[in-house]
Amino acid sequence: MGRKELSRTAAVLTALALGLTACGSGDDGGAEGSDTVRVTVANHVWTDTIKEAIPEFEEETGLKVELTQLGEDQLSDQYNVKLNAGSDEIDVMMYRPLQEGRLFADNGYLADLTDRVEANADWEWSDFQEGPVTATTFEDKVVGVPIITEREVLYYRKDLLDAAGLEVPATMEELEAAAKTISEANPGTAGFVARTGKSAAVTQFSSFLFSFGGDFIEDGESAVSSKEAKEAYAFYGGLINNYGPENVSTDMSWSEAMAIFTQGGAAFYTEADSLYKNATDPAKSKVADTVGFAPLPAGPAGSKPYNIPSWSLAINEASQNQDNAWKFIEWATSKDMTMQIQQGGVPGPRASVWADAGGTSTYPEDLAEAISISAENGVGHDRPLVKSVGEAREIVGAPIVAAITGADSDAEADTAHEAFEKFLEGEQ
Amino acid sequence: MSVATAPARKTAGQSFSDWANAHRKWLFAAPAMIFVGILIIFPVAWTVYLSLTDASGSVRADSDFIGLENYLSVLTDTDRFWPAAGRTAYFTVTALAVEMVLGMCIALLLWRPFRGEKWVRVAILLPLVATPVAVGMMWRLIFDPNIGFANQMLGWVGIPPQPWLSGVESALPTTIFIDIWQWTPMIVLILLAGLTSLSEEPDEAARIDGANAWQRFWYVTLPLMMPTVIVAVLLRSIDALKTFDILYATKGKGGGSFNEVETLNIYAYGLSFDYNKYGLSSTVLILFFLIIVSIMFLLTRRRKGTP
Repeated sequence: MGRKELSRTAAVLTALALGLTACGSGDDGGAEGSDTVRVTVANHVWTDTIKEAIPEFEEETGLKVELTQLGEDQLSDQYNVKLNAGSDEIDVMMYRPLQEGRLFADNGYLADLTDRVEANADWEWSDFQEGPVTATTFEDKVVGVPIITEREVLYYRKDLLDAAGLEVPATMEELEAAAKTISEANPGTAGFVARTGKSAAVTQFSSFLFSFGGDFIEDGESAVSSKEAKEAYAFYGGLINNYGPENVSTDMSWSEAMAIFTQGGAAFYTEADSLYKNATDPAKSKVADTVGFAPLPAGPAGSKPYNIPSWSLAINEASQNQDNAWKFIEWATSKDMTMQIQQGGVPGPRASVWADAGGTSTYPEDLAEAISISAENGVGHDRPLVKSVGEAREIVGAPIVAAITGADSDAEADTAHEAFEKFLEGEQ
Repeated sequence: MSVATAPARKTAGQSFSDWANAHRKWLFAAPAMIFVGILIIFPVAWTVYLSLTDASGSVRADSDFIGLENYLSVLTDTDRFWPAAGRTAYFTVTALAVEMVLGMCIALLLWRPFRGEKWVRVAILLPLVATPVAVGMMWRLIFDPNIGFANQMLGWVGIPPQPWLSGVESALPTTIFIDIWQWTPMIVLILLAGLTSLSEEPDEAARIDGANAWQRFWYVTLPLMMPTVIVAVLLRSIDALKTFDILYATKGKGGGSFNEVETLNIYAYGLSFDYNKYGLSSTVLILFFLIIVSIMFLLTRRRKGTP
C-alpha cells in the first residue's frame, strides 16, 4: 500500500532522526583525511574526459577517486536525499549552480571555498569568467568552481539552406521565413526543432525571451505576461507548431530534439553550444558533414542568448575529507585540464583558455565564432533565479507548451503570471 | 558461611528465565514489533508530523507547525491534487477491469491441458519478469511519435501515425495499456492456480443437467472462483494504485507537460523531489494512504462476506 511511498520519503527522515547519518563513516572512506575522494558527477562529455584523466591524478597525489556517475534527474534526487540527511558519503559534487545552487547554498550543503580559491596563485581564480563566478558565489562566499559554460546557438543544415538558396538567418524574422521555405520544399523535414517539454524548454526559450526584450522576473516581480514575453512565447511555440516535426511531442528534452536534428529531420535547431559534439560526431549524427553553427538570430532587442555556467564542482559541507576534495577540484579545474577538456569539446569557464588559440582549435570555425559573439552579448541566466527552480520552471514553461500545441499562449501567459506572482511571494 | 540455607536465593540467571517465561509472548514478538515500529510506524508517524508543518527546502531547516493548513490547501486544490486523484482512480479501475477480464479469459484457455502448454505459459509470463522501468523505457521507444515502431506498423496498413504517449488525451490510456501488458500475466497466474484447485464434480453435474459452456462458467465456475478473484483484485489494485515506474519512465516529471499522467504518486514525488515541499508532499501521501486503507478495508470486508 501507500506504505512503500511513505517509507520512501520517510527513509530520509528516519535516518536523520535516529542519528544514523554517520553510518557511512565506518569504512575508511568517510574518515578524516581519507585517501579516497568520493566524487559524484552527471553524465556529460566533461565527465567522459575527466574519467580518462583520473589515473594521472591518482598517481600524482596518491589519492584514490571513487566516481559515482548518474543521469541529471537521478543526480538531483541523490543530492536531495543524501544532503538532506547530512550524509558525508559525498566529498566532491557536480551540481547546477542555476538550478540547485541557491537552494543548496541556502541550506548550508555547500562548503565555503573562498579561502581555498584565493590560496593558490598559480591555479588563478581570477582567470575564471565573471558570469560563471557570480553564479557560484552566494552571499559573498564562493561555494563552487565552474567547469562547463553554455550559450545558446543556432544549429543548421548547410545542404538544406543551399538547396533553398537561403543565407544563414541573422534575425528571428529571417529564421521563421527560412523555416517556412524549407519545410514547404521538403515534405517530412521540419523547418525548426527545439525542446518542447514544459520544464526542459524553459532554458532554451530564455534566449528568445531576452532577444524579444523580456525576462522572467523584472524588479522582483513576475514579467511573464509582458508584451515582450507574450511575443516570445508565441514566436518560439509558433515555430514548432507551424514548422516543427509532425506529431511533435510536448515532452522533448535536448536528447529527443537533438535526435530529430541529427537524424536529418529538421533544418534549424537552437540548443546549447556545449552539446555540439552530438551533431558533428559521425558516429552519432547523420548530418555531421553538413551541420553549421551561427549565433542566435536577433530579435527586436538584438541577439541575446544566455551565457551561463551549467555545471560546477562543490564540496559537501558534511564531508570529512574536504582537503583532499579540494585537491581534486583544483586538479580538475586547473588550466591544463580545462584546456584538455575544452579541446575535447566542452566549453570551459577560463578566460586564458579561450584567449589561447589552442582553446578553440578543435572547434568548427563557425561555432567558435558564434560562441565568442554570444559570450559578449550573453545574459547571465537562463531560468528564473529563485530557490525552488523546479517549480518556477513549470510555471513559466506552461505558455511555451500552450504555444507549441497551437493554444492561446497569451491567455496562458496571463495565467502563468498570476501563478508566478503567487510563487514569488511564497519565496520571500 | 551461612548462605547455604534453603530455600536457596535465586541466581540472576534463574530470575531472568522466570521473567522470560512469564512474558514469553511479548519476548518472542519483540523483534517483529521493533521491526514494525522502526520501519513502518515511525516513518508513518513522522510523515504525519511533517504533514502538519510547512517544512520545505530542507528537512533539517526550521519549520513551523501549521496544523491542518496543508490538508486544507491540498483538499481544495483543484489544479493538481483532485485531477491527480481522478487519474489514479481512472488508471486503477480501467487497468484492473481489463486485466481481470483478459486474465480470466487466458486462464480459462490455459486451464485444460493442450500440446505446447508449457511454452505458452512461459511466453505469457515473460512481461512479468521485466523491470517496470525498463518496460516503460521500451514502450516509450515503441510509441515514439516519429521513429517509433508502433507508428511504423500503422503505416504498413495505411493508418496515419497516432500520438500515443505524446498526446494529451491518449497518454493515460497508453500507459494503462502498458500496465495491462505487464500485469495481466500475474492475474492469469493467480486465476489459473484457483481454477486447477477447483473440484470437477459441480461442473460435471451442471454438464449432465444440460448447462452450456457459458452457463457453466457463469453459474458454477465463477462463483466457486470468487475467493481467488477477490485475492487477485486485492493484490492488483494495491499495485495499480501505487504505480510509479511506468508513468515516470514514459512521461517523466509531473507526468508530462500538461500533467496528463500525473497520479497521486507522481504528484507527491514531484512535490518532494522537484519542489522540495516536504510538508505538502507528506500531506498528499497521508491522504493517499487513507484512501488506500479505506479501499482495502472495504475490499477485505467484502471478501469476508463471501461464503
